[in-house]
Amino acid sequence: MRFFLVLMSVALFGVARLPMEHAIAATHRELRLRAVDFNLGLREELGQLGFVAALSGFRSLVADALFVQAHVAWERTEWGRVLLLFRQVTTLQPRAVLFWDMAAWHMAWNASVAALNDPAQPRLALRVKAQREYFQLGKDFLVRGIQNNPERPQLYEALARLYRDKYIDHEHAAEFFAKAAALPGAPSYDKRFAAYELSHCEGREREAYEELRRLYDLGENERLPTLLRRLQDLERKLDIPLDQRIPDRVP
Amino acid sequence: MNASVHRPFSFRRIAAITGNTLTELTRLKVFYVLLLFALVLIGNSIFMAQFTFQQEFQVLKDIGLGAMSLFTSLLAIVATARLLPQDVEDRTVYTILAKPVTRVEYLVGKLAGVLLLLAISLLVMGALFFLVLTIREQTVLRETARQMSAAPPDQLADALRAVRASAFNPNLFSGIAVIYLKGCLLASLTLFVSTFATSTIFTIVVMVFVYFIGHLQAIAREYWLQTNGAGWITRIFLAFVALLFPDLQLFNLVDDVVAGTAIPLALFTKTATLGIFYTGFYLLLAWSVFYRKEL
Repeated sequence: MRFFLVLMSVALFGVARLPMEHAIAATHRELRLRAVDFNLGLREELGQLGFVAALSGFRSLVADALFVQAHVAWERTEWGRVLLLFRQVTTLQPRAVLFWDMAAWHMAWNASVAALNDPAQPRLALRVKAQREYFQLGKDFLVRGIQNNPERPQLYEALARLYRDKYIDHEHAAEFFAKAAALPGAPSYDKRFAAYELSHCEGREREAYEELRRLYDLGENERLPTLLRRLQDLERKLDIPLDQRIPDRVP
Repeated sequence: MNASVHRPFSFRRIAAITGNTLTELTRLKVFYVLLLFALVLIGNSIFMAQFTFQQEFQVLKDIGLGAMSLFTSLLAIVATARLLPQDVEDRTVYTILAKPVTRVEYLVGKLAGVLLLLAISLLVMGALFFLVLTIREQTVLRETARQMSAAPPDQLADALRAVRASAFNPNLFSGIAVIYLKGCLLASLTLFVSTFATSTIFTIVVMVFVYFIGHLQAIAREYWLQTNGAGWITRIFLAFVALLFPDLQLFNLVDDVVAGTAIPLALFTKTATLGIFYTGFYLLLAWSVFYRKEL
């Protein structure tokens, strides 16, 4: 009898706390906390022990262990394994910007170069194709990272660098540097980089000139050699009247 | 004649039992082994592989907070599970309850002793964790300042800001506080289980199952509340899990704290309130069983 009374008390307490637990879980979702999809795919990837550990509140520790394994795989240039491990790491810790950034860097910078210089593949066209595929993998990591962390500037900046350095796509690079610059906590150079990239876009020179001029007018801190050089190039290109041009002080 | 009136509930008596429990627990070898293991793990993270500073801080915080979470939970279960059986075995409980000490005072005192032990261990682990983090942060700050001595001041300031942001984060404190709350909940629940358990090992085994199921409770609850298509047996099973087990995932904020996510005060307050409710309720249940227990 006492057993059932205790059981009933626990169940009643369960009913009483249900709205509160549900509300806190909703807040977690809103804040993107615990944004991990524990599905069968992840179970197969992590193995039973890793999956249980991740479920038991040691998600970040499991992610770290996999991250260290990915680091070792990178040192051994096992690119397939690096990709697989980083997919698991980012699935377990989608709010850790660092992991998305590292995953993208390994794919777009390291694996892509290795693919282009692959001595086992004699055909250049296939090596270039493999290189482009790694660029795409890097981009995918960053896009998914941004979806999971839309309020943080680091991944927008990393995507901008990828567009700038790998795709030589100044239009997109400018767009993502500008998006990074607009977010709180962004480094001060992001707005300059956005303007630099814009200055390389055909047909957007006037827009770029106005932005660079605005930065120039902010004061000495912004008047860095690259900014002065880009501004002077645009002044010549847009045929800006001499009296409106900046003084010639580029070293 | 100075006849003192006997109060049914006395904080002095509780404090005496608390102090005694704490002394008893600190004499246990298992406590030192667990604490030493946690400290070695946290301290060791300073000698980790040479990653970039962001990677290093991320791994350092993960290991530090993970160790704190694991050892606090373990300590809460192991230390509490042996309290009542040990007292019965040593016959200490008869001596205590033969005095004018009520059973509720006895239980509150015992639990308070464990909670104090958890707080002390967490303070020691936290102090070492922050020491390791500070040492690494200062080293990286010095290295960064040296490497960027020729860079423009705003770039240097950005770099130093990035190092500081990667290392310290005020949310680490709320993460540690939530680890403590989870420990309190587990200790209180273990005390409840031990009031009807037949042995220490039974209590520990039950609590290990509760620990794992508690981490899955959120999935069961969401599925129970949102799915209409499931059969009634499934729904009854899900309701059983959702109503009888605590949701331990709500207390796992450290994973996200380490990733740099800010924990709003409102969420922290709600989580703390829930933790206190859980602890209080399981203590009440423990008392309701222990009150009529034949000793």
